[in-house]
Amino acid sequence: MANDPIHQFQISKWIPIEIGGYDFSFTNSSAFMVATAVVAGAFLFLTTSSRGIVPGRLQSVAEMSYEFVANMLRDAAGTQGMRFFPFVFSLFMFVLVANLIGLFPYFFTVTSHIIVTFALAILVIGTVIIYGFMKHGFGFLKLFVPQGVPGILVPLVVLIEVISFLSRPISLSVRLFANMLAGHITLKVFAGFVTSLTALGAAGVAGSILPLGMAVAITALEFLVAFLQAYVFAVLTCMYLNDAIHPGH
Amino acid sequence: MFVTSAYAQEAQPAEGESHAPAGETHAAPADAQAGETHTETGIEHGGGAFPPFDPSNYPSQLLWLAITFGLFYLFLKKVIVPRIGGILEVRHDRIAQDLDQAARMKEDADAAVAAYEQELAEARANANTIGQTARDSAKADAEVERKKVEAELDGKMAEAEKRIGGIKSKAMAEVSNIAEETATAIVQQLTGTKVDKPTVAAAVKAVRN
Repeated sequence: MANDPIHQFQISKWIPIEIGGYDFSFTNSSAFMVATAVVAGAFLFLTTSSRGIVPGRLQSVAEMSYEFVANMLRDAAGTQGMRFFPFVFSLFMFVLVANLIGLFPYFFTVTSHIIVTFALAILVIGTVIIYGFMKHGFGFLKLFVPQGVPGILVPLVVLIEVISFLSRPISLSVRLFANMLAGHITLKVFAGFVTSLTALGAAGVAGSILPLGMAVAITALEFLVAFLQAYVFAVLTCMYLNDAIHPGH
Repeated sequence: MFVTSAYAQEAQPAEGESHAPAGETHAAPADAQAGETHTETGIEHGGGAFPPFDPSNYPSQLLWLAITFGLFYLFLKKVIVPRIGGILEVRHDRIAQDLDQAARMKEDADAAVAAYEQELAEARANANTIGQTARDSAKADAEVERKKVEAELDGKMAEAEKRIGGIKSKAMAEVSNIAEETATAIVQQLTGTKVDKPTVAAAVKAVRN
């Protein structure tokens, strides 16, 4: 059953912990969350430790990721949005590194679990709602009433806006989760074809070339997806934060 | 193809079980642990549900996500962001400073060029005036010299003319004497009479005039 494509998403307990009837065990998923945080943090910390005026290659990578996210946030939410920069930067780096680590064979992909992506999405939307009400009070509700809409259409538009707002955490989390899940299942299925076909003898070995090529191509595609999904997650976060900062459309 | 069909057979019961009542959640830890040791035998033992949708994993996932992401966020906020921001700012300042310095140096260079050109123009003007004065004084000197020489020559010429005049009048006087003596002699020869000198002189004078 080594070919089972779902097996890679299985959670196994490394250190069982149970508090108040809930299972808080340290699992392989927890280990990879720690690994994600440590790898991303250590990369950013070590590459910038020389504080070179003229950056080396790795320092440029760290600075590029910083400026990439900073520009993204500034474009979407203006300079006022820069107060959320550490939040967006850590979201982007965490998701990106989690996606990339998951691409190593036998490694667990943290972002392939809906609960993880949903928690991150709720964190974003929760930040938007709390900051929006703190900053604008009930004026934040203007978000749901676009200006310049004829009076008769207002109830309909408000309904649509509310539904669209409520679906944001779902779309944000499902997009990332489904991309990671589907990509890894596809990879595993093609890799499974290769091993199964080679077991059939010479004809099978010849036939396995096609799925092998596909597996290689999909691996490349998955690297793109890993970056792209982290980027999309960060961009949408910036846009939602912009709603919290400037609720009037 | 047979891989997917084999998977489909296993997945079907698993999908069916995912709708199991939530009461199963508390029993899950022991079950899942059993699943861990037998993962090689298939997912029908591994907690029963499709792993990403298995609610028994949620508390642990959420707790560890909160811990790791929270620490990661704090680390970035307290250490990384100020550090990279500082690096970028220092570089930005440094570049601005260097540009300023370059602009200042360019200004200095321009000023130096302007000063040089002005000096050059002054020197050229000076040279012109010096040449002009030299030329003028030389001309004046030459003029004075010329006048002096001319005056000298004029004096000499006047003297010479005076001398010539003297010699000429002396010669003319001699001419009267000679004419009188000659006339006297001729008359004496012709007439044989001696003519007195004043008569001859008067006659000569009357002829010459």
